[in-house]
Amino acid sequence: MAISRNKLRPFVAARYFGLAGFVVLAASLAYGQTKNSCLDCHSVLPDALGVSQEKFSQDIHAQKGLTCTSCHGGDPASDDPDKAMSRKAGWKGRIDRKQIPQLCGSCHSDPAYIRQFNPSLRTDQLSQYWTSVHGKRLAAGDTKVAVCTDCHSVHDLRAPSDPSSTVNPVNVANTCSRCHSDADYMKRYSIPTDQFAQYSKSVHHEALTVRGDLSAPTCTTCHGNHGAAPPGIDRVQNVCSNCHTFQAQMYDKSSHKKAFESASLPGCVVCHGNHGISHPSDAMLGTGPAAVCMRCHTSGDACDQARAQLQSSLGQLDAAIKSADSVLGVAESSGMEVSEARLGQDQARDSLTKARVTIHSFRPDLVDQDIQAGLKIGAKNLQAGKEAMVERNHRRLGLALSLIAIGIVLVGLRLYIKKIES
Amino acid sequence: MTTSDPGALNPADRLSPPLPRRRFVEALLGGGFLATVVAFVYPVVQYLIPPKAADLGGDSVVAGRVGELKLNSGKIFRFGNRPGLLIRSSSGDYRAMSATCTHLSCTVQYRDDLRQVWCACHNGKYDLNGRNLSGPPPRPLEGFEVQVRGDEIFVRRRRDA
Amino acid sequence: MGPLSDVRNWLDQRLGWDDLIAPLREKTVPLHKLSYWYFLGGITLFLFVIQVLTGILLLLYYRPGANEAFESVQYIMTQVRFGWLIRSIHSWSANLMIFTAFAHMFSVLFLKAYRKPRELTWVSGVILLFLVMGFGFSGYLLPWNTLAFFATKVGTEIAGQVPLIGKPMMIFLRGGEEVTGATLSRFFGFHVAVLPGLATLLILLHVLLVQRLGISVPPKLEVQWAANPSARREMKFFPNFLLRELMAWYVALGVLGALAALFPWNLGVKADPFVPAPAGIKPEWYFLFMFQTLKLIPPKVWFIDGEVLGVLAFGLVGLLWLLLPFFESDQPSHPKRWITGFAVFALAYVAGMTLYGHLAK
Repeated sequence: MAISRNKLRPFVAARYFGLAGFVVLAASLAYGQTKNSCLDCHSVLPDALGVSQEKFSQDIHAQKGLTCTSCHGGDPASDDPDKAMSRKAGWKGRIDRKQIPQLCGSCHSDPAYIRQFNPSLRTDQLSQYWTSVHGKRLAAGDTKVAVCTDCHSVHDLRAPSDPSSTVNPVNVANTCSRCHSDADYMKRYSIPTDQFAQYSKSVHHEALTVRGDLSAPTCTTCHGNHGAAPPGIDRVQNVCSNCHTFQAQMYDKSSHKKAFESASLPGCVVCHGNHGISHPSDAMLGTGPAAVCMRCHTSGDACDQARAQLQSSLGQLDAAIKSADSVLGVAESSGMEVSEARLGQDQARDSLTKARVTIHSFRPDLVDQDIQAGLKIGAKNLQAGKEAMVERNHRRLGLALSLIAIGIVLVGLRLYIKKIES
Repeated sequence: MTTSDPGALNPADRLSPPLPRRRFVEALLGGGFLATVVAFVYPVVQYLIPPKAADLGGDSVVAGRVGELKLNSGKIFRFGNRPGLLIRSSSGDYRAMSATCTHLSCTVQYRDDLRQVWCACHNGKYDLNGRNLSGPPPRPLEGFEVQVRGDEIFVRRRRDA
Repeated sequence: MGPLSDVRNWLDQRLGWDDLIAPLREKTVPLHKLSYWYFLGGITLFLFVIQVLTGILLLLYYRPGANEAFESVQYIMTQVRFGWLIRSIHSWSANLMIFTAFAHMFSVLFLKAYRKPRELTWVSGVILLFLVMGFGFSGYLLPWNTLAFFATKVGTEIAGQVPLIGKPMMIFLRGGEEVTGATLSRFFGFHVAVLPGLATLLILLHVLLVQRLGISVPPKLEVQWAANPSARREMKFFPNFLLRELMAWYVALGVLGALAALFPWNLGVKADPFVPAPAGIKPEWYFLFMFQTLKLIPPKVWFIDGEVLGVLAFGLVGLLWLLLPFFESDQPSHPKRWITGFAVFALAYVAGMTLYGHLAK
């Protein structure tokens, strides 16, 4: 019997293998998905009732295996709307705003449950929330205040570390401003609505969004997030001192602390503002538009004199640093090597920064210590710059002398050549 | 070769004495040449003399002397173009790291009360290995190798393979 | 007679000194309108000697190695007495030498001095030009600053584009896949040992050939003087031309000193391989015309990668350049016109592209 060698046989086999494989793959994919009849309808319904598959796939709850029925109840296996959305099946329908914190908290306040998903996730959000202004007002019946879903979004809720999450540090201020900058919405509350506008101009906002410094404060840093409430006039300093420790320490020991407290003035905020904190400048100690001291103090009194002294000390050191910098700059562009002095300038600038921190003690004698240290360093660097310039002039003199010598040789050669060829 | 130089006493006489003008040219040439030779040789000779400040290379620096630092204290030293921090821990061993805070480049310091490295600008804290513990700093401080030779404490950049 | 002649006698009895320098006494230099161009070769040699001397002085303090190179150059610039002068002279003289080498080559090209029997002088000269550019490329890396690091990276990357042998060549140059301390060691070896050795041999050959063959004269003039020998104008090399050359060398010395004192070579910032390349990295000016050409070639020409085409084209041009004399005619009365045209184009191209590359972002 002749064995027919079918050259096509391997290809035919491969086709069947491919088909089988495809079937197995499709089956396994389908197996992984439990039936979710909710999305079958709701992914095509218009906005108020609509949740697209794409949107829901971004949701962290969905990614962890929870579905619609985890919060809304009902029967996901049934295609019949009446059966799927029956009260008997536990369907809750649209969750009432007042119920939302409780609903979220039913899982998120249960440490044993949350531990299954993320052991290091906190579980005190709900209890914190009830202490907040939002929580207190909600408990009193005001449904306009923020509940969990207002800030965290819903159905496409992302982890805070996700850059597109509404509660990622970079986005927090935008999220809060959705209500707090809406003058109409906030009409019946007696708080201003310019916080976000102010904050957008602030140095903290710039640090966060422009420099990408995620440690820079946003709304929740000072107000708390779940337990959000204004710090309270007498607690402002505590909030600022978490990062600005030195300034707070100085202020603590200063005359201003008692004076502000007794007048119920909010500490740091009096001079620096709360939301629109701009980069402080020496002009704050002056008498111009940016001046803060003369808002309270009278012209000519002891405090005014101290202020003038502080301003002039800072100005003196600033000018000394700048003059040393310019001499070093000229020396450098002439080719002199002044990297050691440049490093010393960093130290002088550190002294100036320190002096500006010591301002918060409001004691010219303390500020003066830092100023003097800085002036000494600045003087040393200025000296180095001047020496570099002297050295540069020496070099030029040396060059001039050498060029003269070369010139003499050239003239001599010319004459000599002329002589031997005549 | 006869010269038509009118100044020569006897144009054909090669051995006639040099005249003032000829002498001037030769003097000028010789003097100028000598001056240029000096201008060349003097810097070269100066260059060959080893300078007083020894060149250890950018890698190594003497950060301090044994006995200079008390237990549980630190000191700032210069390392290349940046400041470094040398710490003597309470158990006596030396650590060295960059003193430039990774947040906004302020110079950090050693806090003996906290036994940590602290940045005064925004309250950033690092441990004795330079790891950023709390506050704004996003990255650890670069660590250096410390070697005590004799009574000098050498600090060297970490040699990576 | 005098101490000088006693020394000469002593040398003559032991070295045959008089016979050795006899040809030099006879050597003449043709005099004509374009004789000034004859200085260029000597100036290039003078600058090479300056490079060797200052290079040896720098060697006394320089340390090759990624950890120490930058700091050692910084040490030379700041701590060593007149270190700044030696280093700046070395850097400026390098650039000047490359310029005069190119000028010398172009002047030889236009004066058609490469014609028979001077083909080997031309070939050795072109190889020397390549060596000089190699000196520039290898020396530039030695201070180990950011600009040099990235210029080397780009340069060796381009070398790696040559088909077949490019990658092995690049690895050989870099001492590895990337530019590292190993590259620095290698370039140091090339710069202070390999290239100087090769250059010295070739310079000896080149100068010896010039001595033996005499100095050439433009073809037209050669024909004229052949017809009318009394019209020939010459100058004795020793001492007349040599004294004039000495003047040129002194001028070069003055220019170097002024450049070094008024525009000291800067140190830059120490190279950090982990920092991204600064924008607009360009090679040194003597590579600009090639670099700019490569930038202008479209990414793909037919099916060939644009950069590969550019590199191959330059290789081909280089080879043709080397073999140029063999295309020239033997008769001075009928030089090949197209070579002159080609030379003009080449000069315009190199000058134009260099300027373009310098001005382009």
